[in-house]
Amino acid sequence: MAKVLMKGNEAIGEAGIRARGLCYFCYPITPQSEVAEYLSKRMPEAGGVFLQGESEVAVSNMLYGAAGAGVRCWTSSSGPGISLMMEALAYIAAAELPVVIVNIVRCGPGLGGILPSQSDYRQAVKGGGHGDYQCLVYAPASVQEAVDLMPLAFDRAERYRNPVLIIGDGMIGQMMEPVEFKEHKFPPLPPKDWATTGCKGRKPNVVNSLYLDPYAEEKLNLRMVAKYEKMKKEEVRCEEYNTDKPYQALLVAYGTTARICRTAIHKLGEEGIHVALLRPITLFPFPRQRIYELAQKVDWVMSVEMSTGQMVEDVELSVRCEKPVHFFGRTGGVVPAPEEVVEAVKKQLGAGKGGQA
Amino acid sequence: MKTIFKRPEALAETPTHYCPGCTHGVAHRLIAEVLDELGLRERTVGIVPVGCSVLAFNYFNFDCQEASHGRAPAVATGIKRGRPDLIVFTYQGDGDLASIGMAEIVHAANRGEKFTAVFINNAVYGMTGGQMAPTTMPGQVTTTCPAGRDVEQVGYPIRMCELLASLRTPGFVERVAVHQPKYIIKAKRALKKAFQYQADNRCFSFVECLSTCPTNWGLTPLKAVQWVDETMIPYYPVKNFKSPETEGEGDAD
Repeated sequence: MAKVLMKGNEAIGEAGIRARGLCYFCYPITPQSEVAEYLSKRMPEAGGVFLQGESEVAVSNMLYGAAGAGVRCWTSSSGPGISLMMEALAYIAAAELPVVIVNIVRCGPGLGGILPSQSDYRQAVKGGGHGDYQCLVYAPASVQEAVDLMPLAFDRAERYRNPVLIIGDGMIGQMMEPVEFKEHKFPPLPPKDWATTGCKGRKPNVVNSLYLDPYAEEKLNLRMVAKYEKMKKEEVRCEEYNTDKPYQALLVAYGTTARICRTAIHKLGEEGIHVALLRPITLFPFPRQRIYELAQKVDWVMSVEMSTGQMVEDVELSVRCEKPVHFFGRTGGVVPAPEEVVEAVKKQLGAGKGGQA
Repeated sequence: MKTIFKRPEALAETPTHYCPGCTHGVAHRLIAEVLDELGLRERTVGIVPVGCSVLAFNYFNFDCQEASHGRAPAVATGIKRGRPDLIVFTYQGDGDLASIGMAEIVHAANRGEKFTAVFINNAVYGMTGGQMAPTTMPGQVTTTCPAGRDVEQVGYPIRMCELLASLRTPGFVERVAVHQPKYIIKAKRALKKAFQYQADNRCFSFVECLSTCPTNWGLTPLKAVQWVDETMIPYYPVKNFKSPETEGEGDAD
């Protein structure tokens, strides 16, 4: 299929439909309302369900219900709305329901602003809702990648029976880029024999997260952990840039920030400074092992983020605190310029030299 | 020999954990009888709440989902929109539906979601140990209003049927009681209508059941029945408030 020029949010909406995500619940919030606007027109054409709920609280519970009845369903929102969904997300995770949630991240905390940010990293990766659970988290760096990750997200949500988050900073939602909707093929999914679809010919199914017996709850917790361990083995995705030749520093950045870093690395290269980049595509599971390997060749690593430094902790864990991990970021909706990253790298290299002298 | 009384198929063969004199069991049974009589059991999904009936999925013999506190109408909406062929009902108490879940029930009703909402009103939070509910009667003593509900401070009990019946969207709204046989017979009739409207894909249906809570009211089961008669029914009239047939009556437009 030929490429078309689309705004990120609309492309995500179309990708959801093509991935047979034909049941979409939403509540308007900037900077992702275009997903809902697009689907309000497109979903009826595709024969799917579009419903604007009364709140994100309701929307996330609609997802719980629909997913529990075996329906492939999803939503999109942004920071404050995602916070309201956290309660239901914990229930969704506990009831082991496949749900896809797209967060087009705006700056925060609180009402914050509507400009791009990566400040929801911890909420997405470290929990957000209550209890022992994890989400599989994808972080696209382009509209094309966001479109490609949608079918993967649905597949993995159903394969693992676990919620999947797609974290795109505001840039991913708002910018226009050429995209191609490719055919994605996956192995057959297991049957949803656990879903509440009416008990004709079988024993009743119950979608539930209540376990008053501590041993039963612990058993559930351990079953969930086993899924997360499997994800860590099989689902890690990352991209490398400039790691195939000698480099003096390693940057770790995801989403739009990774693209800014690539430009910065190119500029540094013109000055004879060779820097490599690792871009996590999955934020959970995090590409810990690869970061550790790549960090062996440098004195320090730098995490570059549109936040006050959230992923940096995972980078530190990845290098097992054997090397210093520095941080550079802009936040509050400020998108760092490549020149700022160049300066941050040079400053650190200079500091390193000074330290050795 | 002709069978004149048996356990409905839609009710599991499990003893319930409800207190003596509690009417949850009656409400469960009525729902089960209605689903059997309408032949809906095998395509029904019940949404059970947070509250005393949190374990109701053990007592019903059909598919169930456990909702978070207050959100049963949103969960039901998700199921019904995704699978309109299923029969979906919610089962919520007064704290669940009229306090934390007020937004969800009002909007589900206003959208005309085609599920059946069963509302158990016993004027108190049961499972958490007898705290004040939005439906607690004026002057009623609870663990969080030990001097009795002070309407100057916390307002009057919310009448959910009256509130939902004011919505323009067509629906079936009826208040019944499940504390005495003469009311129970009418309650079953209302529940049957409610599920029939859903089966016919007609409208949102809401049945409020005035119920007892002897434990948290501090009354014997018999006195609790009396209390429903003398205190609740005068404030919460038992009647039909709205049905698709009478739609439009009294509307300004």
